[in-house]
Amino acid sequence: MVSLLPTPHPKERRLIFANISKPGYAPDIENYLAHGGYEALKKALGMKPAEIIDAVKASNLRGRGGAAFPTGVKWGFIRHDDGKPHYIVVNGDESEPGTFKDRYILHQDPHQLIEGLAISAFATNVHLAYIYIRCEFPKAAKIVWEAIKEAKARGYLGKNILGSGFDLDIFVHQGAGAYICGEETSLIESLEGKRPYPRIKPPYFPAVLGLYMKPTIVNNVETLCHVKHIISMGPEEFAKMGSPGDGGTRTMCVSGDVRRPGFYEIPCGGVTLGELIHDVCGGMKPGRQLKAVIPGGSSAKVLRAGEVFKMKTKGPDGQMAEKDVPLLDLVMDASSLMAAGSMIGSAGVMVMDDSRDMVWALNNLNQFYAHESCGQCTPCREGSLWMSKVTTRILDEGARPDDAKNLKGIADNIAGRTVCAFGEACSWPTQSFLAKFPDEFEKRVK
Amino acid sequence: MIATTTRQADSLTPGFISEADELVSHYPVSKRSASLPLLHLWQNHFGFIDDSGVEWIAARLDLTPVNILELVTFYPWFRREQAGKTIIRVCRTLACALAGGYEVKEKFCQAVGLDPHCEHHGYGHAPPTTADGNFSVEFVECLASCGSAPVALINDDLVENISPGDVQSIVDSYK
Repeated sequence: MVSLLPTPHPKERRLIFANISKPGYAPDIENYLAHGGYEALKKALGMKPAEIIDAVKASNLRGRGGAAFPTGVKWGFIRHDDGKPHYIVVNGDESEPGTFKDRYILHQDPHQLIEGLAISAFATNVHLAYIYIRCEFPKAAKIVWEAIKEAKARGYLGKNILGSGFDLDIFVHQGAGAYICGEETSLIESLEGKRPYPRIKPPYFPAVLGLYMKPTIVNNVETLCHVKHIISMGPEEFAKMGSPGDGGTRTMCVSGDVRRPGFYEIPCGGVTLGELIHDVCGGMKPGRQLKAVIPGGSSAKVLRAGEVFKMKTKGPDGQMAEKDVPLLDLVMDASSLMAAGSMIGSAGVMVMDDSRDMVWALNNLNQFYAHESCGQCTPCREGSLWMSKVTTRILDEGARPDDAKNLKGIADNIAGRTVCAFGEACSWPTQSFLAKFPDEFEKRVK
Repeated sequence: MIATTTRQADSLTPGFISEADELVSHYPVSKRSASLPLLHLWQNHFGFIDDSGVEWIAARLDLTPVNILELVTFYPWFRREQAGKTIIRVCRTLACALAGGYEVKEKFCQAVGLDPHCEHHGYGHAPPTTADGNFSVEFVECLASCGSAPVALINDDLVENISPGDVQSIVDSYK
């Protein structure tokens, strides 16, 4: 396990990982209770469900799974008393290359997730929830199961939780090695026991027609853990920690060519990319320069060292002004990365130095997407494989003069033409690597 | 379907059946949801899933066998052939590849005596396996441990920060 430094970096602020980083912290309930566990649930059960939803809205919490959708708004789509059963499905399928945060929560602090989930279920009138965990985390599934049993034995789950009259059952459901199941409608199909082909939206928005065609909330592990902290500290303080519209902390997962890769819990918007790489992660490896960064998981568009972005920012006089923002000064939050043409996504930051071949890196990702396309939509099933074949051939035999144009043509004809966002996810790497590093493709032409 | 000489379903124990019943009870709304859990249970118990397994699970959930077979052929985790006692799944994806994952996978193949270039065709086939049935080695996609790359999932254990020089002693610890 990557262990957190016992003393946080000055840029860090630990909510989710506050307990996990304590020496000797164990995942059992005794230990969790000794660290103030389930106090937020007690507080929440004394609130009205609508008050909890309002608090989550006011906290500016955004989903931590990749789409950064405001969590309170998502919950607001569920009508409390519509007479239908509602479900919550926890997305613990953590599979986006570059992302490795939920793994530590599931293995080391399962009760934090269970408490956040119980509060969320109470707020949205849910009595049955599933925690979908990828099967490549076999120990996590056992640990979370054990924690559910412990919580039930103490009255934090099951019938009439803490005498409130609220009932909730939670079960663990294991995936079977398919990346596509991280897509929320695919995850629901998988949980229904089917091939996980994503459903088309509209009409199949999970909040309307989700699990068993009933209103369903699908939230990421880290997102639900934050709900506990919003209730504990109050939504105002949580919102204040982050940047406008992006509250609380976000766990940044940094991998690749930095001296100290790892995960760092940082207030949203609390660091620039330069601070994250050069300060928090100790800089590039000795003698190496930054070349490229994928800032939000492998699907996010790549950014090139030395890029300067034109961005609208509010000046000291309160007027909006256009400003040049160099790559390393980009603030790591949802809105800044969107303005730079990429995304914060799942906050999986993959750093590459000047020794790296960008065609090789793109080919690695193309092979990933070709393997993981579920095959439901023709543009994605065929296109992801074609892109992978072309980049593999460029590496093996050199490029043909029209390879770059053809690659772009394939990618442009996938995005926007598929049932789910995998179409974008698999074409953005090709589109962005071609746009940002055209020279690397040109120099391979025979 | 792949021919097998014995039927796995003929050797089910009451303990296995009650475990299956327990799993089905986790899905009060639709027992079809228990498809993946029963496939995991079956594969963990027998090592792979034969025709009789597909048929038994389908019957237990009031489905037709193709409803189960289409899951076995879709999800990379499931297989219809016996794999090695120890399965070494080396992460192939970018962060691990940057940290030397390809070399690590090659070293694992050499350490157990497999051709590093033998291919794994998926679709229910077992990954390349040594003749004595002790080891399988395969590449898998991102294992979500990019901060400690390169990594491998060996049976249920995640092994992190693997350097090529560590590989032989890692393999020896599973002998």
